[in-house]
Amino acid sequence: MNKFLQRWAVFAGLVAVWEALGLLADDPFFPPPSEIAVAAWEWWVLEPENLTDHVLPSIGRLLAAWAIASVIGVALGLLLGRSDRAMEYANPLLVFLRSIPPPALVPVFLLLFKVGTSMQVATIVFGVIWPVLLNSVDGARSVDVTKVDTSAVFQIRRAQWVFGVVLPAASPKIFAGLRVSLSLSLVLMVISELVAADNGIGWQLMQAQRDFDYTRMWAGVVLLGVLGYGLNTALLAVERRALAWQPRSRDEQHA
Amino acid sequence: MSNMLEVADLGHTYGDYEAIGGLTFDVRAGELVCVVGPSGCGKSTLLRTISGLIKPTRGDVRLNGSHLAVVFQDYQRSLFPWLTVQGNVEFPLRSLPRAERRKRAAEALEWVGLTAAARKRPWQLSGGMQQRVAIARALAFRPALLLMDEPFASVDAQTRFELEDLLLRVRREHDTTVLVVTHDIDESVYLGDRILVLSSSPARLVANLEVPLPAERDQVTTRTADGFVALRSKVARLLNVGKPSMDVEKWAAAERESLSETVSSS
Repeated sequence: MNKFLQRWAVFAGLVAVWEALGLLADDPFFPPPSEIAVAAWEWWVLEPENLTDHVLPSIGRLLAAWAIASVIGVALGLLLGRSDRAMEYANPLLVFLRSIPPPALVPVFLLLFKVGTSMQVATIVFGVIWPVLLNSVDGARSVDVTKVDTSAVFQIRRAQWVFGVVLPAASPKIFAGLRVSLSLSLVLMVISELVAADNGIGWQLMQAQRDFDYTRMWAGVVLLGVLGYGLNTALLAVERRALAWQPRSRDEQHA
Repeated sequence: MSNMLEVADLGHTYGDYEAIGGLTFDVRAGELVCVVGPSGCGKSTLLRTISGLIKPTRGDVRLNGSHLAVVFQDYQRSLFPWLTVQGNVEFPLRSLPRAERRKRAAEALEWVGLTAAARKRPWQLSGGMQQRVAIARALAFRPALLLMDEPFASVDAQTRFELEDLLLRVRREHDTTVLVVTHDIDESVYLGDRILVLSSSPARLVANLEVPLPAERDQVTTRTADGFVALRSKVARLLNVGKPSMDVEKWAAAERESLSETVSSS
């Protein structure tokens, strides 16, 4: 409990300072946190349709796109990572595609999919697949030779080789990629909604700003922060369970 | 007695480099054979060709059975840290029904005295215990031949004696055919029913020696027995024959020098 207080002291302090400054300055552009909290309450709790029509679809698109990118990224990454030949052919293409800033493809996806869920999901998938893919390649390559030999000697089946050896050996790297991708998913979700959408948190944020409702605009920003924090915490909890097999000393190095 | 392993004119070259040149030998069922040779003589190439990890450039390896098992020197790398000790032992048995798998793993863990550690992770165990897990895993696979690559080179001397005796007991109780590749002369004499002495690269068979010691071995009495000492010296001589190593000449020179110094100073 003490540690918890210690961790959040600076954060709480800054909120308090903002509250005080906000009340003193009385500036419409910078409302105090208490007002933002009230606005958030009114917006999403007292009017639940805002939650169901905007917040939930946003989260849904983010998670769906991240899941798609993760599955494709891990599968392709493990495949490329275990085949030097395939990696030689694919590498220049990967480096090139990865270098394209994902928001630059929003206009392209708009043409292909029109405004809506598929366009936004496509934008997120394209943007967040690279950290997963490249980390999976790295992880699959890192299976050490003795484990490869051991697997060969015991004549294990292909499925056991992939899911019982390569995947677990690569999992620490894969999780590192998943974490980067998840936070990137949030960024791209907002961008896709700011540019072209008819619902979602980003769209609401934009609407609030256009309606000069700056308190609600800030409420949107805070909601995104809370969302990002929550998602990352959830993923870390999953990671800690999934990688519990790692020797303690290495765990400490990660911390 | 039937042969479990027949190796005929086995040779392997990497590019221009000839690692092993024409080895022919058999391992009989239930026998423990040690292959001993100078470091870097192509022992690992031999092991990899016998275990089928690489295809030899010439010659033939015939195993009387469907599969063999290997115990590698580096147990830390050969065990899977994400599996429990039990999971590691069951690793080669995934194609069997669950109950059968459990039974065989429990059995193998009992043979090596690790029943209590079944639920632990390998990295929570000492080095010697980890190598016992690797041995249990190999035995659970019920191999026609148990191939061991410098199996006790990474543990301390005390543990090494324990593991050597464990291997002797297990293979006697379960009639396992074993081929141990090692660079340690004492170990090869202590463990083996027969010793194959290799020359340095390309590896050729220098001698095929029966070990004239009783099957029952003991770390203290066996190692001081006349037969043991005589055979150890013989193998040591064989390993130096034909190609005195640089070190021997260097030592001899250093010795002469220090002698002359003592003489001149006195």
